[in-house]
Amino acid sequence: MLQFYLNDQLIRTTQPAGSTLLDFVRYNRHLTGTKIGCREGDCGACTVLVGELQPDEQTVAYQSMTSCLTPLGNAHGRHVVTVEGINAARGTLTPVQQAIVAEGGSQCGFCTVGFVMSLTGHSLSQKPGTPETALAAIDGNICRCTGYKSLERATLYLQEQLAARPQEQPLAWLAEQGFVPTYFQEIPVKLMALRSAIEASAVSVQIPQNGHSVTVTGLDAATAARAQVLGGGTDLLVQRPEQLREIPVQLVYGQPERRGIRREGTSIVIGAATTAQELMESALMREVLPRLPEHLKLVSSTPIRNMGTVAGNFINASPIGDLTILFLALGASLTLEDTGLGQRRELPLQELYLGYKQLAKTADEQVLEFRFPAPLTTDYFNFEKVSKRTHLDIASVNSAAWLRVQGSLVEAARFSAGGVGPVPLVLPRTAEFLVGREISAAVVRKALELAQEEISPISDVRGTVQYKRLLLRQLLAAHFLQFFPEQLSLADLL
Amino acid sequence: MNHLDPARHVRGESQYLDDIPVQQGTLYAAVVESPVAHGKLLSIDFTAALNLPGVVRVLTAEDIPGENQIGGIVPDEPLLAEGHVHFRGQPVALVLAETEHQAHAALGHVRVEVSPLPIITDPRVAAAQDELIVPPRTFQIGDTQAAWAQCAHVFEGVAESGGQEHLYIETQGAYAFPTEMGGVRMVSSTQGPTAVQRHTARVLGVGMHQVEVDVTRLGGGFGGKEDQATTWGALAALGAFTTRRPVKLVLDRMADMRMTGKRHSYSSDFKIGFDENLKLVAYEATFYQNAGAAADLSPAVLERTLFHATNSYFIPNVTATAYSCRTNLPPNTAFRGFGGPQGMFVMESALACAAEQLSVPVAELQRRNLLREGDVLPYRQPTEGCHAEQAWDTAASIYNLPGLRAEVEAFNARNQQFKKGLSVMPICFGISFTKTPMNQARALVHIYTDGSVGVSTGAVEMGQGVNTKIMQVAARTLGISAERVKVESTNTTRVANTSPSAASATADLNGKATEMACLALRERLLRLAATELQMDYEGLTIEGEQVLAAGTPADTTWEKLVSAAYWQRVSLTENAHYATPGIHFDAQTNQGHPFAYHVYGTALTTVTVDCLRGTYTFDAVQIAHDFGQSLHPQIDRGQVEGGLVQGIGWMTLEELVFNGEGRLLSNSLNSYKIPDLYSAPKTIAVHFLDTPGHPNAILRSKAVGEPPLMYGIGAYFAVRDAIRSFRPGATLPFSAPITPEKVLLSLYPDVLLTTPACASTTVTTSVAP
Repeated sequence: MLQFYLNDQLIRTTQPAGSTLLDFVRYNRHLTGTKIGCREGDCGACTVLVGELQPDEQTVAYQSMTSCLTPLGNAHGRHVVTVEGINAARGTLTPVQQAIVAEGGSQCGFCTVGFVMSLTGHSLSQKPGTPETALAAIDGNICRCTGYKSLERATLYLQEQLAARPQEQPLAWLAEQGFVPTYFQEIPVKLMALRSAIEASAVSVQIPQNGHSVTVTGLDAATAARAQVLGGGTDLLVQRPEQLREIPVQLVYGQPERRGIRREGTSIVIGAATTAQELMESALMREVLPRLPEHLKLVSSTPIRNMGTVAGNFINASPIGDLTILFLALGASLTLEDTGLGQRRELPLQELYLGYKQLAKTADEQVLEFRFPAPLTTDYFNFEKVSKRTHLDIASVNSAAWLRVQGSLVEAARFSAGGVGPVPLVLPRTAEFLVGREISAAVVRKALELAQEEISPISDVRGTVQYKRLLLRQLLAAHFLQFFPEQLSLADLL
Repeated sequence: MNHLDPARHVRGESQYLDDIPVQQGTLYAAVVESPVAHGKLLSIDFTAALNLPGVVRVLTAEDIPGENQIGGIVPDEPLLAEGHVHFRGQPVALVLAETEHQAHAALGHVRVEVSPLPIITDPRVAAAQDELIVPPRTFQIGDTQAAWAQCAHVFEGVAESGGQEHLYIETQGAYAFPTEMGGVRMVSSTQGPTAVQRHTARVLGVGMHQVEVDVTRLGGGFGGKEDQATTWGALAALGAFTTRRPVKLVLDRMADMRMTGKRHSYSSDFKIGFDENLKLVAYEATFYQNAGAAADLSPAVLERTLFHATNSYFIPNVTATAYSCRTNLPPNTAFRGFGGPQGMFVMESALACAAEQLSVPVAELQRRNLLREGDVLPYRQPTEGCHAEQAWDTAASIYNLPGLRAEVEAFNARNQQFKKGLSVMPICFGISFTKTPMNQARALVHIYTDGSVGVSTGAVEMGQGVNTKIMQVAARTLGISAERVKVESTNTTRVANTSPSAASATADLNGKATEMACLALRERLLRLAATELQMDYEGLTIEGEQVLAAGTPADTTWEKLVSAAYWQRVSLTENAHYATPGIHFDAQTNQGHPFAYHVYGTALTTVTVDCLRGTYTFDAVQIAHDFGQSLHPQIDRGQVEGGLVQGIGWMTLEELVFNGEGRLLSNSLNSYKIPDLYSAPKTIAVHFLDTPGHPNAILRSKAVGEPPLMYGIGAYFAVRDAIRSFRPGATLPFSAPITPEKVLLSLYPDVLLTTPACASTTVTTSVAP
């Protein structure tokens, strides 16, 4: 039994945990404001807000999510908000809705509710916003009619209004200003009560896991053992939604055991179910990788980053997974756990990939967390990605580079390259060549040549072989130009 | 005045097809598609599907009671394949089941056996094999053969433009209900309710009066639901007619992308000649249109390519020939601009080709040859109210074109990695259906006894704001508040024999009909007022719901007058018919006066290209546009901004990829990219030119739907300009869209990277990351 709040209603449902939240709100609850555009998280017409009770037990943090890729089970214990849950009395519009109408930001209207929900989510955000973050809130919403400028004007106008939002008790202010109905203020208490009720009544099994235990709601041990592990759903619900509706799923999204980012000695340790957005917003991550937010802005869109987990990206084994490429160059390694055997082992991320979508792990092994050595402040790190569309697109080629330079010599180097082979690649020979050398245009040019021998791209819808080879050369050059702008110039390298 | 629909849109209360409450007993339909692009259809075996839970019927061509034909211009398209299949995704059978999941689950259990035949995907290959949809068309003025001798400069080349997926966010669909009269009533997401009605009646073998089509609104159309909504309407109707149960058919995104036609890709040859003063003397173009497997609207699209082959320029000698080529791809169809953009792209390519070889700025050639008042276009219509030079000069002056050029040059001199590019794109677009008889519309206006007003027309609201404009026309003409006016759904029983909402002409045609009906009602009411108040009819008006006599409030209001009319048994309903005056066109001689008027404008586009990565961002597009006397500046600005960005998408990111087997590889939103928030230009400036409008435009507010799309062509030439700044003197192909891949390969054409002998070059579909 899944239990959650949908707008101001408590929902108790036996619908499958692996079915989509979108189908539930539209066809089970008949809330038709949420639209179906693509069912793959690429248009945002189905955006809803999902609120989660925070550890302080007083506040609820809301995030925009594309309900087409949200497993219904991920709503469990949370507050799901559709447009029907924020509408004011007939004849009245919320400030978000008013801004869109006033600026002409709605033409055919089919994508509009998605924008309304994304901007309402931005209004509810606990962090103070800027024009950039306000626009980022709608970066997962596609509109085919307006050309976006009216929606931009609406967003910037709204952001000006939000400047008056107090730091303390913003929800009371937001309710007073009509951004959300007043029932939002009761949601923290209701979610607390729901949590207690769930804990008291849930059919849960405790699976021992080397001192940890994982709560698998509603599944008995035998079922849990053969269940499909489902994280944010951003890949599996694109690839096989029909199947996920039919089979038991083990939900790992939002499990406290698998979330969080911490430092352990010289390593950074990240829970498997940590989302891309959590990485982007983590102070610790920014401390060790100051340009990470800039890199991650190239990775999907705000709602998808709110949902997609890092380990999900690793395990999906796409040859162009952005997070995989990023962490390969950081020398990440995984902690894999076999719940049945109660065993745990470490595996370097680069050894996870045996062939196209083939993994060096058993079906019973799950990623618990992963770690990487924190780069020194003097280290160089860069991530590059080129896709047909710069944002919210899958890379044609992506690459990351990490360099440690001692004196004038390269002491250590790691390069990763995606989209140029059947698996996400590291380029060991290129890296090895650089070690012990001094950076110069000639050396870099040689490295670019060597890299060509380590890749084997194919032509597909993301580009021809010729393009991918050229692009990888360019992206590797981009790393060096980024690292050594004083020593190298584009004309020297290319 | 507010655009009324958005207030409902933002609350999620506007009802689209899939939002209609489901009627009890509804069956869900899913379409079985041809698995190959060309072949002989040997058998369809659906016994396994029928054994699945919930599956009720599987319909094939044999189950069609009437004629298996939905071709609009040419009867060459069956509703369900019969005998042969001609493209991948062609509907072969229809599965009807109790739930949507059950219907889709059954698709994989229908075996379609096809013996393959050779596949053509390239229009030039089709033309060489004489696979033409209709005989070629040639527009001709002057004598190009003789004119070449007078030219000081002649250039030739090839220009290619890709197709474009409409990507309306609401996919295609229809919901059909059997009626007690033995016919069908349906809600369809269509721009052409009458087309759906006509073809459904034909398929069912009943009269058109037995088929009612109702349209509330569309979640986007852009031409994609003009003729191509018919298939899904007719299939749903066939299901309802056969089973006597309601049938709902909504395509999922990937099915929609696979099965429906798109903007036509073109491959074209051009030859262009100038005199020593760089005045255009002669132009020849040959267009090879990729029509796909059936005619659909291709012949009409082809014709508009010819109408707009010379864009905004005066050329005394023109020969333009177009071939509509049959290939084994889904039948291509209307898309905003309707062939015009393809023709203009070739013209602009020819000018760029000449400018690059002459080493003069292309803007020099463009400006020197702009249309002037009275210039005759190749189809013999003279320009009337020509604003081509005004648009150019206004844009150049208010946005400081020389300053922009200087800034770009200074930036490029300073920067190695980033290069800016600049282009100027003038447009001239003719308004009217080029098939003259289609330029007619009707409006049915009811005044209810409480003074509220209902307006029905043939116009379909799809985001272009036509309902708001019609409401404005009614309110303004009757002299009442807009709140009193409701624009009804578009319904074939209230307004019959409609033209589709297309050709940018919807507000003009239906607005004019509304205006006529409202004028007649107003006259009737004021004559009554004259009698009742014993006042002179001349000088009576209604303003702000008050009757005025020579400007002074008389002793009656709108409400009182309406009530009085009812009790005096005066009709409060009017049905008006409008036909655009003065237009004609002879498709044999290709001469006439096909357009009610033309729309002009000019866009300046600046782009920054990252010459390391091959990516680009558009800094600004600055436009001066001829709206006439805009009826609703906010709606009209929205049309310009939206059309522009859609045009930029066509020219840059949006790349349709079919493989040699006719399979669409860019088959989802993750592999076919339309512009997002960040790929729209950072600045879009829109200046409303001071122009008087045209009497044929509704309240002198010119049509605005399609023309702005063609400003997007400027994006292509701005990027090209930047590439040539990185590689001065480079000869580049004219090939749109100019994707990041093409940019990078153009920036580094000489880099040959080793491909190991074992590398595979097989084309495969990509996978999600």
